Amino acid sequence: MKGRVLVVDDDTALAEMLGIVLRGEGFEPSFVADGDKALAAFRETKPDLVLLDLMLPGRDGIEVCRLIRAESGVPIVMLTAKSDTVDVVVGLESGADDYIVKPFKPKELVARIRARLRRSEEPAPEQLTIGDLVIDVAGHSVKRDGQSIALTPLEFDLLVALARKPWQVFTREVLLEQVWGYRHAADTRLVNVHVQRLRSKVEKDPERPEIVVTVRGVGYKAGPS
Amino acid sequence: MAGDSAASAPGRSGTRPERPVGRQGADPGRGRLFEGGLLQGGVQGSPVLRLFMRWVRRPLLPVMRLWRRNIQLRVVATTLLMSLGVVLLLGFVVIGQVRNGLLDAKVKASQSQATGGFAVAKQKADDEAASGGAGGATGSGDAAADADGRQSQSVIQWMSDLVESLSSGGAGAFDVVTLPVGDDSGGGRSPRGSGNVSPTDSVPGDLRERISDSTTAAQSYTRIVYKDGKESQPALVIGKQVNDPNGHPYELYYLFPLTQEEKSLSLVKGTLATAGLFVVVLLGAIAWLVVRQVVTPVRMAAGIAERLSAGRLQERMKVTGEDDIARLGEAFNKMAQNLQVKIQQLEDLSRMQRRFVSDVSHELRTPLTTVRMAADVIHEAREDFDPVTARSAELLADQLDRFESLLADLLEISRFDAGAAALEAEPIDLREVVRRVVGGAAPLAERKGSRVRIVGDQQPVVAEADARRVERVLRNLVVNAVEHGEGKDVVVKLAAAGGAVAVAVRDYGVGLKPGEATRVFSRFWRADPARARTTGGTGLGLSIALEDARLHGGWLQAWGEPGGGSQFRLTLPRTADEPLRGSPIPLEPKDSRRNRGLAAAGPARGGEEKRATVPVQPGGGQAPPLPAHAAIAPHLASVTPAVDPSALPGSGARVVPRPTGGTRHPGEPPAHGPGTDTYDARPDADGRKDPSEPGEAFRGR
Repeated sequence: MKGRVLVVDDDTALAEMLGIVLRGEGFEPSFVADGDKALAAFRETKPDLVLLDLMLPGRDGIEVCRLIRAESGVPIVMLTAKSDTVDVVVGLESGADDYIVKPFKPKELVARIRARLRRSEEPAPEQLTIGDLVIDVAGHSVKRDGQSIALTPLEFDLLVALARKPWQVFTREVLLEQVWGYRHAADTRLVNVHVQRLRSKVEKDPERPEIVVTVRGVGYKAGPS
Repeated sequence: MAGDSAASAPGRSGTRPERPVGRQGADPGRGRLFEGGLLQGGVQGSPVLRLFMRWVRRPLLPVMRLWRRNIQLRVVATTLLMSLGVVLLLGFVVIGQVRNGLLDAKVKASQSQATGGFAVAKQKADDEAASGGAGGATGSGDAAADADGRQSQSVIQWMSDLVESLSSGGAGAFDVVTLPVGDDSGGGRSPRGSGNVSPTDSVPGDLRERISDSTTAAQSYTRIVYKDGKESQPALVIGKQVNDPNGHPYELYYLFPLTQEEKSLSLVKGTLATAGLFVVVLLGAIAWLVVRQVVTPVRMAAGIAERLSAGRLQERMKVTGEDDIARLGEAFNKMAQNLQVKIQQLEDLSRMQRRFVSDVSHELRTPLTTVRMAADVIHEAREDFDPVTARSAELLADQLDRFESLLADLLEISRFDAGAAALEAEPIDLREVVRRVVGGAAPLAERKGSRVRIVGDQQPVVAEADARRVERVLRNLVVNAVEHGEGKDVVVKLAAAGGAVAVAVRDYGVGLKPGEATRVFSRFWRADPARARTTGGTGLGLSIALEDARLHGGWLQAWGEPGGGSQFRLTLPRTADEPLRGSPIPLEPKDSRRNRGLAAAGPARGGEEKRATVPVQPGGGQAPPLPAHAAIAPHLASVTPAVDPSALPGSGARVVPRPTGGTRHPGEPPAHGPGTDTYDARPDADGRKDPSEPGEAFRGR
């Protein structure tokens, strides 16, 4: 299994410990301690996943996250010491797929990393429609009227999960489990932020969504085809 | 008015927060019934009256509101009313004076005129009688009838002449009227009047009566009525009974028109009215101006105070001059200045505090993460170690868990203290949350040998709340209840009524000691500080739960009785911005010892109260035996595989071992029903365990 992980963290002890754990789980970690050098290291190592500390010397984690996201859809998992809504939401909005709050258990971290990497291993030839969008699951593409829309892998997964069962209303918890791979109830802010990001890309008018419809008090569902 | 009170009654009855919302609905109903009965007994058709009142009131309401809100209007209106009163009073006095003065002069002149007239009439009658009497004496006896006819003929003529001559003397200044005494109109004594005066209409009846009773003159005011349709005039009439030449009495009246006087009087009245009107209007205008001078700065101050309280701290009043208003303005500005400085300081402090918390959080958490990971790696590899090192690895991992949850709870509390906690409310169904929590606590409950039952989950219990926080609160309560439930059942009850929803967690464990119901929410509080803690929990769980409830605008309250268990009740408003007025679930459960005592005393209520008695007997029937294991666990299994609830942050569970022997604390009161009580805003209940089971866990939260 592919497992190159770029660890962006300025705390050398933590980075080393992360390295020990990741190697123990069969990943290939590489390290960078400075926000300014993170992008260069990213281009160089071409990791399958980025573990990103939010507080960094030089460029901060949010900025690095934005830069990486601008040129790649590679999964980004934030490491954050703050669980305040604002910090988390800002991180997610800057493009992170998931976040994990310090202090975390090694198993938890590994589970999240695997959940993020798992997706790329199961290609199934399948064509779905949601609203006026055509989704090619195997080809990892979303098209409206022949024009393809660029989505990150996570957003793609979210859209596919909704499109596969257009009759079903997904609660945030169910989406967390299906898309993020959480086995226990976690923070539903993840879902909210990513649904918003997805809408901003696929909806004609994000204010009045037609593809990803909110079911008040319950969750989300796919719009009528 | 009656409609108003009936409409607001439900709100008022809710001021006592203890009262459950469910019963609130009945109270105003009863009140209305009572009121209606009273009204119907007293006033027939009172609804019609009420409708009419409402119909009358409705257009007046805006005016009344303006009246209440506008001091300027009130002052001007009061000034107008009062000055109007003063002017009216003055006017009446002045007019009375003037009239008296005018009439006195006229009456005196009239009286002398009339007295002269009466004398002349008497003189003339005597003269006529003297001459007529001489002629009569010469005639024979049979000529007497003739003479009588001639005499009456001559009296008629004489009377007409008399009226003519008397009235001509006044040259129009008065009129003369003669009337016969009583109804006697024969003998030429038919009414006569000079100058087209209608004799009978112009003389008032009561004056005629007075004159016929005496021989003196009498006077009265009247109106002269004219025969030719001329407008009637006010007049003074003076009358007297006089004899005609034949010695027969007749009534002679002098009528003096008061036209001139009335003209003068109405001129005075007109002048006074005009002057009074001007005075009133001017006074009103003056009052308006004066009040405006005072009210304008006050209004400005009010407006600026409002803006200040809305957070625009840089707002100041404009100060001109050195008068009282200026002093008010200066004082106000000084106050605003001080407020701004203080608030600025507090904001800075708060920001620093938040910053500090955030920094500490980061600084502590990063090394802790490393330690945590290292400990886990060591823990994983403990099988290769010698027993001492392996045990040390276990202890390290366990205590790191505790350290972590303690740190998390501390940070959470300081976030509340810094006011940095934000509520993310959205409509959630509390049943879902409760089922998740109960499912999560199932493994712990199994270990403790108790079952968690959910009651009242037939209907959705939806409220605008932060699911994460509510779940944290409920998890805390349920885990506490299981931990301290002594293996007996735990009942989680849901209810919604009015603008509130509530979840009550009832256990039948050791209960709470006196005063503990408030203290359980204190930070790091434990039942007995002298004893060591043996199980996890940070001691902050219930404090955080209380803060979470407060953040929702809700309540978290505790009740407990000695040995009878406890009940923790979370009440949340149905919508986030609605204030709570009551809870759908009474804080003291129906199966408390006291309530059971009451139910036994009053058999009328007994049947209802028995419903949820001690759950150790599962045959109760009313509450289905534990759906938690059977129905809920599978539902949750897909979402929530066993999380050890005692390891969760804020579980707050602490069990202190009790010294064996079960001796009572010195001074401990014997366990009694009456010792229990329910408190409200700051709930305080007591409970002290009957130490019948020695060596049992003694609880603190």
